[in-house]
Amino acid sequence: MRITKKVEFSASHVCRNPRLSDEENQRLFGASANPRGHGHNYVIEVTLEGEPDPVTGMVFDLKDLKDLLQRQVLDPFDHRFLNHEAPPFDRVIPTAENLAIEIWRRVEPQVLNGRARLFAIRVSETPDLFVDYFGENAWSA
Amino acid sequence: MVRVTRRYRFSASHRLHSPQLSGEENRRIYGKCNYPFGHGHNYEIEISVRGPVDPETGLAVNPALLDQLVTERIVRPFDHRDLNTEVPELSEFVPTTENLGRVIRQRLEERWKDTFAGPWPALDTVRIRETDRNIFEVD
Repeated sequence: MRITKKVEFSASHVCRNPRLSDEENQRLFGASANPRGHGHNYVIEVTLEGEPDPVTGMVFDLKDLKDLLQRQVLDPFDHRFLNHEAPPFDRVIPTAENLAIEIWRRVEPQVLNGRARLFAIRVSETPDLFVDYFGENAWSA
Repeated sequence: MVRVTRRYRFSASHRLHSPQLSGEENRRIYGKCNYPFGHGHNYEIEISVRGPVDPETGLAVNPALLDQLVTERIVRPFDHRDLNTEVPELSEFVPTTENLGRVIRQRLEERWKDTFAGPWPALDTVRIRETDRNIFEVD
């Protein structure tokens, strides 16, 4: 069984690789490479997989999930300029892909309670662009 | 490996009518969708691709290339058109959203290698929202 919790944060970012020319950056990232940055209302969906506890009927306590997302994701990212204020995005380009992987790294160790495991992180940069990450081992089987 | 999904929109008309069925059967099976002059939808298509994240760019797909492919192959030829008569691949099929999904997938696959030369990204899923309540996925 899978359960999903959705949270939102707003942040600014700029997508550019300092090792590439302005032209290359523009070609790869388009307006996202504009040097002063821009922002999004990010929507994060965190999906856990597991069986409900026979006593509580819950796969995972959603209040606990909300609290850990607050600590691990919202506190460090909300209303921040990711490149300047939220490591590792001072050296990792804060694309939606890299955000999904980073959020997975932050959340995964916190949800291993024997009953549930992290199944997917979805990062929506806008309603029309989102990224799903299922962990390092997805599609390798 | 991540999956990246991008959503596009077009508005088009269609009519569901199978020449292999009688008029009565068509009305029974397709209901309002069989009304003789057709009707339209604001279609939303979600194209999911998957691939490894390029360590240089942080991207699994260059969105501009995907936009260009989908715009040229799908949005421009389908938007404000009649799917029954103006999309050649659909002229032999009833333009249900199931069949539309197959055609969209084929159209993207035909030009995929011209757009993305390397092994990645791969086309994952084509999802069509005919309305908010009718959603179709083709793997």
